[in-house]
Amino acid sequence: MSRISLRVNGEVHSVDVDRETPLLFVLSDDLGLRGPKFGCGMAQCGSCTVLLRGHAVRSCVLPVGSVGEDEVTTLEGLGTPEKPHPLQQAFIEEGAAQCGFCLSGVILTAKAVLDDKPNASDEEIREALGGVLCRCFVHLRMLRAIRKYAAARKA
Amino acid sequence: MTVSRRDFLKNSGALIVSLSSASLLPYASPQGPFDTHSSHIDPAQLDSWIAVGSDGTVTAFTGKCDFGQGMLTAQTQLVAEELCVPIARVKLVQCDTAVTPDQGTTSGSQSTPTNFNSDNLAQAAATARETLVMMAAKQWNELPDQLTVADGVVSSNTGHHIAFEQLIGSRRFYVPLSATARRHSPERWTVLGRPVPSLDRVALMTGQFEFVHNIRVPGMLHGRVIRPPQVGATLAHIDEGSVGHLPGIVKIVVCKNFVGVVAEKQWQAIQAARELKVAWHPGTGLPTQLEYYDFLRKQPSEDTLLVDSKDVEQRLAGAAKVLRASYVYPHQMHGSIGSSCAVADVKGDRATVWSATQSVYPTRSIVAKLLALPLDNVRVIYVRGSGCYGLNGADAVSFDAALMSQAVGRPVRVQLSRQDEMAWENCGAACVIDQRAGIDQNGAILAWACESWEASRGGRPGYDKPGNVITGVLLGYQSELSTPHGASEPNKPLRNRSNLVPSYFSGCVGGECGGAGTIRSERVLSHEVVSPFFTGPLRSPLRLQNTFAHECFMDEISASVKADPVAFRLKYLRDERMIDVVKAAAKAAKWDSRPSPAPGSSRSQIARGRGMACVAYEGDNGYASLVAEVSVDLASGRVQPLRFTAAVDSGPISNPDGLRNQAEGGLLQGMSRALMERVTWDDKTITSVDWETYSSLHLDIEVPVIDVVLIDHSGGPATGAGETAITLVAAAIGNAIFDAAGVRLREVPFTSERVRSAIAAIG
Repeated sequence: MSRISLRVNGEVHSVDVDRETPLLFVLSDDLGLRGPKFGCGMAQCGSCTVLLRGHAVRSCVLPVGSVGEDEVTTLEGLGTPEKPHPLQQAFIEEGAAQCGFCLSGVILTAKAVLDDKPNASDEEIREALGGVLCRCFVHLRMLRAIRKYAAARKA
Repeated sequence: MTVSRRDFLKNSGALIVSLSSASLLPYASPQGPFDTHSSHIDPAQLDSWIAVGSDGTVTAFTGKCDFGQGMLTAQTQLVAEELCVPIARVKLVQCDTAVTPDQGTTSGSQSTPTNFNSDNLAQAAATARETLVMMAAKQWNELPDQLTVADGVVSSNTGHHIAFEQLIGSRRFYVPLSATARRHSPERWTVLGRPVPSLDRVALMTGQFEFVHNIRVPGMLHGRVIRPPQVGATLAHIDEGSVGHLPGIVKIVVCKNFVGVVAEKQWQAIQAARELKVAWHPGTGLPTQLEYYDFLRKQPSEDTLLVDSKDVEQRLAGAAKVLRASYVYPHQMHGSIGSSCAVADVKGDRATVWSATQSVYPTRSIVAKLLALPLDNVRVIYVRGSGCYGLNGADAVSFDAALMSQAVGRPVRVQLSRQDEMAWENCGAACVIDQRAGIDQNGAILAWACESWEASRGGRPGYDKPGNVITGVLLGYQSELSTPHGASEPNKPLRNRSNLVPSYFSGCVGGECGGAGTIRSERVLSHEVVSPFFTGPLRSPLRLQNTFAHECFMDEISASVKADPVAFRLKYLRDERMIDVVKAAAKAAKWDSRPSPAPGSSRSQIARGRGMACVAYEGDNGYASLVAEVSVDLASGRVQPLRFTAAVDSGPISNPDGLRNQAEGGLLQGMSRALMERVTWDDKTITSVDWETYSSLHLDIEVPVIDVVLIDHSGGPATGAGETAITLVAAAIGNAIFDAAGVRLREVPFTSERVRSAIAAIG
């Protein structure tokens, strides 16, 4: 076990954990965050996605010891119920969820690609979402919400 | 501290507080007449369903829960509608054995029929409104008919006004549900029938929503299971020393063939489960996947004859042409995106389980049985998991958590690994369906016979069958299996619950015709055989498989007589709601009337085609039709759905946005199942155990255009809605492939390889 300092959603946390522990378990068990979720533990589905250094990363396979000083942003760190991020707002407006378990993967992956390429084509957005799974198959509404956000961002 | 139904009345905020902090919810202690035992939550009593708090908040208790299909919002709308209060004033308490009525399982497209027609929650809300009006009328000495209700206030035209809370606030009604309480008719709806945004969406999108995976209880430990490496393997030996070097291990829990490990931290439990050396006796072996469908045909079977007009063979013998075809459908998975999770807190002779089960009361019975606890001492609280689409691992993991918590005397959270979830889930049934039809010289259907084999093992554990899921079997309980016996003559009116009978059959038994169609010479025989794997209800169980076979075969018949597939279907349908949905989808899709295959299209590199399918879901529980348009790359065999046009009639529509969301999701889930999903195995165990080995459409697909036509049949009863659209997708795509490329795919999934070989075979 070692004492590790983590910057998550604008706050600094100190946790006493095995450095090899995947970041996901520290976020959900030690910090009590609800956004990132365990789906597969093998970086195959996206449920555990967080933002790190501007990238959407799979926290289920990322050792907490390798995170360092960089800010980690989870779905709840993106916006709040009172003031959702515009991308979350687009999802709210489009009703783009059923069970909602996959949303960290969908929303944060879309956020990362559009931050990186504000003019990303539809194809580039879809390609970025290639490793993200939604088993309720809300694809239609999710892609609509992402396009809506992308269009508003450009305007 | 205990939480009782009375607390919900006293404190309107109790629901939110309680559900977001698990530690505040220990089991209910005996407090009052309906606090402690299911039989005390008497569904015949209004107080079991509705309570009005002193602040005017309405708390409604339901045994039908929301797992993403929209029941939270729709049931809240229902209560607000019938009680004439704003939605924001209604708190819905879902599926908690301490406080909600026993409504069995939330499944099978039964929630809407059960709670939105003339019983249960709908009738309770209507009874509450009428009771409150009666109370006001009595107070003012006026006639109830002269009074009106709006916004939680009863008013008279003589100028009296009184709020619900002044009439009843925090007190019980002490009245039974009234069978004559009048429901608001759909024409008068102001809350139901509206596309009310789902009530959970802001919490979901901002990561605040509490799933069962997020439940944290003080002192909670983490468990993992170690499942056998092969189907039927039994425990030989455990080398506890193999994990002696690992920190945090609290206990290795062994009970017969059940093995689990409990540790202080989740990561420690995962490492221990990976490293623990367990020796197993070999399993029972599995039939070869390549020959599986033939294997099913040869198994002893439990036979059911649903309809038999007795003249089928004779008419087939005299037919100008007889068509024969065999359709096969693989085992598929629920494949919930979150592996299943539950938290159990067993202390002494009491247990609380936070579970994503669809069946809190049955789960309570099984937990009490496995833990040898009195039924009354077990409380099961539903907390949403990831979408389940039927019986996923939620029940099994609840039993796992309860066992491990009892073994350590502390709360334990168990989440399955992806492999444990997929290797041992109750898969959807595999089916073989043989079709024969006789056609006369005018191209009319003379007779049609279906014979099918369905592979099943186990299923929902219910109140007393733990062996229907993996945990129970590991503990020594038997799975429910079919019992081989021959079929007796049909002697009950047809109930087409599994859609074994095509919609075009008249379904006549003893002079009563329960089918949706006109074909009189009909025979349907089903053989239930034992599956080597656990099976259980998967969204549209058997209905999807049977509809695939029936609707594709109808297309084959139609093509053989060079008829337009829509016009040909309409000739054999008599149920008006079926006729309406078929016409509605065809119209919306601008259906091009002509026989299939499309002329000349198979000569182009990318061929396009369209296909139709329709269903009277479970005979009478929802009506739907679908037109699929696809392109087929003739060289690679790749099928790309371009457009889905569906028409859905599920009676009066509680929430059109929710229904659309269900239909859209169902169509794309159906597309994934039609094009790529299948369970695979070797000679010992299931090998499709993650998202590399089990295919699913990811978010990078080209989503077809989706157009859903909602038919608001407000005069009839409310029917199921969540499983209608998905039922049609494999059939409609299969028919569209035939239209495009002239090849008939009779095996799901329609992989590029299969389509390519079929194209090569016709040269």
